[in-house]
Amino acid sequence: MEIVFALAIGVLSGSGVWLLLRPRTFQVIMGLALLSYAINLFIFCMGRLKVGSPPIIHADLESNPALYADPVPQALVLTAIVISFATTALFLVVLLAARGLTGTDHVDGRERDT
Amino acid sequence: MRLVLIVLLPFLGSLCAGFLPSNARNAEAWLSGFVAVACFALTLSLYPLVEDGGVVRMIVPWLPQYGLEFYLRVDGYSWLFATLVAFMGALVVLYARYYMSAADPVPRFFSFLLAFMGAMLGMVLSGNLIQLVLFWELTSLTSFMLIAYWYHLDDARRGARMASTVTGAGGLCLLAGVIVIGEIVGSYDLDRVLASGDLIRGNEWYPAILVLVALGALTKSAQFPFQFWLPNAMAAPTPVSAYLHSATMVKAGVFLLARLWPVLSGTDLWFAIIGGAGLCSLLLGAFAAIFQRDMKGVLAYSTISHLGLITLLLGMNSPLALVAAIFHMMNHATFKASLFMAAGIVDHETGTRDLQLLSGLSRAMPITATLAVVAAASMAGVPLLNGFISKEMFFAETIFAAHDPVLRIGLPAAATIAGMFSVAYSLRFIHQVFFGPVARDLPRTPHEPTRWMLVPSALLVSACLLVGSMPGTTVGPVLGTAAEAVLGASAMPEFSLALWHGFNMPFVMSLLALFGGVGLYIALYFHRRQAHGAAPFIDRFDGRRAFDVTMVTLIRAADRLTRWLYSRRLQTQLVLIVCIALVAAWVALDESSSFWGPEPVSRIDPGFALMWLVGAACAIGAALQAKYHRLAALIMVGGTGLVTCLTFAWFSAPDLALTQIAVEVVTLVLILLGLRWLPRRIEMDDPDRRTVRARARRARDLVLAVIVGAGMASLALAMMLRPRALGLAEFFIDRSLPEGGGRNVVNVILVDFRGFDTLGEITVVGIVALTVYALLRRFRPAPETMSVPRAQRLDGPRSLHALPDPDEKLPEGYLKIPAVIVRLLMPMAVIVSIFFLLRGHNSPGGGFVGGLVMATTVIAQYMISGTMWVESRSRLNPQYWLATGLIAAAVAGMGSWLTARTFLTAMSWDFHLPVIGELHVSSVLLFDLGVYMLVIGATVLMLVAIAHQSLRSHRKPHAVADATEVRVEAAAQSTGAPT
Repeated sequence: MEIVFALAIGVLSGSGVWLLLRPRTFQVIMGLALLSYAINLFIFCMGRLKVGSPPIIHADLESNPALYADPVPQALVLTAIVISFATTALFLVVLLAARGLTGTDHVDGRERDT
Repeated sequence: MRLVLIVLLPFLGSLCAGFLPSNARNAEAWLSGFVAVACFALTLSLYPLVEDGGVVRMIVPWLPQYGLEFYLRVDGYSWLFATLVAFMGALVVLYARYYMSAADPVPRFFSFLLAFMGAMLGMVLSGNLIQLVLFWELTSLTSFMLIAYWYHLDDARRGARMASTVTGAGGLCLLAGVIVIGEIVGSYDLDRVLASGDLIRGNEWYPAILVLVALGALTKSAQFPFQFWLPNAMAAPTPVSAYLHSATMVKAGVFLLARLWPVLSGTDLWFAIIGGAGLCSLLLGAFAAIFQRDMKGVLAYSTISHLGLITLLLGMNSPLALVAAIFHMMNHATFKASLFMAAGIVDHETGTRDLQLLSGLSRAMPITATLAVVAAASMAGVPLLNGFISKEMFFAETIFAAHDPVLRIGLPAAATIAGMFSVAYSLRFIHQVFFGPVARDLPRTPHEPTRWMLVPSALLVSACLLVGSMPGTTVGPVLGTAAEAVLGASAMPEFSLALWHGFNMPFVMSLLALFGGVGLYIALYFHRRQAHGAAPFIDRFDGRRAFDVTMVTLIRAADRLTRWLYSRRLQTQLVLIVCIALVAAWVALDESSSFWGPEPVSRIDPGFALMWLVGAACAIGAALQAKYHRLAALIMVGGTGLVTCLTFAWFSAPDLALTQIAVEVVTLVLILLGLRWLPRRIEMDDPDRRTVRARARRARDLVLAVIVGAGMASLALAMMLRPRALGLAEFFIDRSLPEGGGRNVVNVILVDFRGFDTLGEITVVGIVALTVYALLRRFRPAPETMSVPRAQRLDGPRSLHALPDPDEKLPEGYLKIPAVIVRLLMPMAVIVSIFFLLRGHNSPGGGFVGGLVMATTVIAQYMISGTMWVESRSRLNPQYWLATGLIAAAVAGMGSWLTARTFLTAMSWDFHLPVIGELHVSSVLLFDLGVYMLVIGATVLMLVAIAHQSLRSHRKPHAVADATEVRVEAAAQSTGAPT
């Protein structure tokens, strides 16, 4: 399981970085989305993979921490998901405004002069 | 209390003055005058307390653990200076009332003048060295504002910039010096610093402290080699020159040197640095002053020279010289301010300050002339005036200062020569302006100014006369008190302020200077009638040019460095960031232990592997398609998001899975709305496709991406193979139920344990939403996206009647059934969202998820029924939701203050209600409600703002034209095929 999980993170962050380095704004926004999945999964896996034991305390189980998944990375990732949505929205609007103002969707606001 | 008022009143006055109407010259002057006089009176009333070496203190602790407090302290010395500042302030306000013309924006002037006065008073009354530096910098800042008062003039801006650069840089050096002192003494308290003279002088850092403090003081007092800013600062209005650049601010440097005299002086290094700078300024300033054309230029160079005299006295390491220095600070302020006022009057009444043009003004302005003559005589050191007495003391000190044979002769000789120069420029100043033939071609016909404009000058001149004729009875006691406050009662020398000390060496030097100066002037007068404004010999060493060259070099170097280190290209920057991240990760690797952890990997579930096969394919597909097929890329990213969401669900993170799926929906809608404004990009049209450079770039990026991917994967795997440390998890799981009162640990962390983080985070979300909204208000879409979209055109003429009918019950056509469904879904979705909110504390859910579900259902209405339809029916003001949510969260946090606990401490109450039974209410529910409302408000605000842009295109004229065209086309089609 760990290997699949790690490979998934690797593929997502690789694709994300590739898109991040592309010249078109839409590519960058997609790249950021992929990269944020990768990072969220990465932070999440710091709590190790645990199946079927969500950090919701059972009345009849004693509160033995070893029985539950780690809640701290989950709390971190939860806020990260919401924040990344907000920044995506902001970036999208900046992208649209820049497209309207500069007439190009190149990330530098002008085409590369070759 | 009086102490605080002295510093506070000017700042309050400054604030008030800034808000008065721009033509309220009298109101401004009354206000400022009242403040200055009040400060003066308050300062005077403190004299009995400091007279016998007493010190008045007022301390407001701020950060005691760092030795920082607001500490005002008055002793005899700072009392004398505070009196001077307040008194001069009052006179200058009166003078400025008549000097400033009605066209000048006076609120700015008086506001900054009062702010300067407050800063200066704060500086002299500071009992804490850091606080002193703070006020010191404030005086530089206000000085900048006042020099640049007429900012339409190039000279004013330039002078202001130069002054602030030089004195500001000096202030930073001073701060560094003060911090070193504080480190050595262990306190910034002035009393403790003053008591630790031996400790500081003995420390190995003493030379550094001395150089740093000297840099601060010498730049501020315009001493060699930093003297050049002062003549350039003369672009300021004359009241400012009189107040800041002769009487008070430039004295801050020598004030500080005298203040720290018991701590820093007494060494050869002190004599070399301070005395050397003083001697150079004394001679160079006086020499340059002889050749100036501008009246204020003469006075500026003379100020440099006189400040040099004071600095030299301070550098002499003799207590008696210190007394003379303090005495000369006061004397110089009186005669120089009065001369500046005279120069201002001449400028005001004749329209010029050029010594070449002015001549014979004594006939037109006899009173001004008389006042100026007396003040200039004092400056030259003519007997019976105050300048003579302090200069005599100076001459006496030069004789005994040094043991070195060269200096024994050289210092008195230099002093005498400087005295001669001083007589010569004073004489020239008076003779050129007020005597000789009456000038004909002046810009204005000269006449005496209004009486009130002469009063300040007259008061100062009478002070010169009084002090000059009866020094012992007028200033003797005050001077004694001031000097004793610096030196301490034990080190206090005997001094006598008599007019006549007998026919001794200093008197001979005075006579020599007087007659030599007259001779020098006569020689120059006949030798070259035309002084062209530049001093011979030293003109080549122009500090101003050196300053400009330094600045230009600095700017060029910064430019080159920027060009070398920085690229405007985002791609280059991102490549650098990625590379640096890689290097940082590589460097951080700990080589001592094995990279892979000891734990075994768990068995691979084929379902999970298959799921991620799809996820990875989607990610790679998105990476390949994002340039030419945006919609496909977006869908594939969504697919990856879904797989991520399932992964969270798989590995025991139901909250994450819920949030992820809700966010996924909202993000998809958001980007879909945005896609409409991006023009089509067709693969074949792209010129950048096949060049070698483009291929090389792509190859490089591919390598980088693969390295990052491999690195992240191996890091993640290495981490997962290590045994789990419970750490924080233990803390939260143990306390979640007993202390947070909730079973869902993730939610309890968010709303309770780390509530402050969440509060910050929702604030960020709110700010982003408002920013998106604001950005879109001025949104200009790309021109080629302005036409009605293809789908709408193909839909036929109905949707082209621009705006859908808001009164329609259900939309016609293919949207009819979806419309029914989303309207039916709405109440259920609302219930589900509230359900998620309420149960969040004990089961998966919470404010974030609930809010997103609610927002999604609102957006679904917009999408299916159209903006017009929704907004004609409901008044959902997302801004209010946003604000209410933020306030609710903050109030939930502040509620704990009522029970005297810290911000965001959760409180809970248990009720027993009939029928319902036990009820548990907690303040975190209110907090979560705030999160919920804010998420709804922010999400809806952003999405609706983007969605609204589609309405905008209908309003644009050319879009309408376009639409008409299509309508005609459609109409032709419909006539061709009638139904």
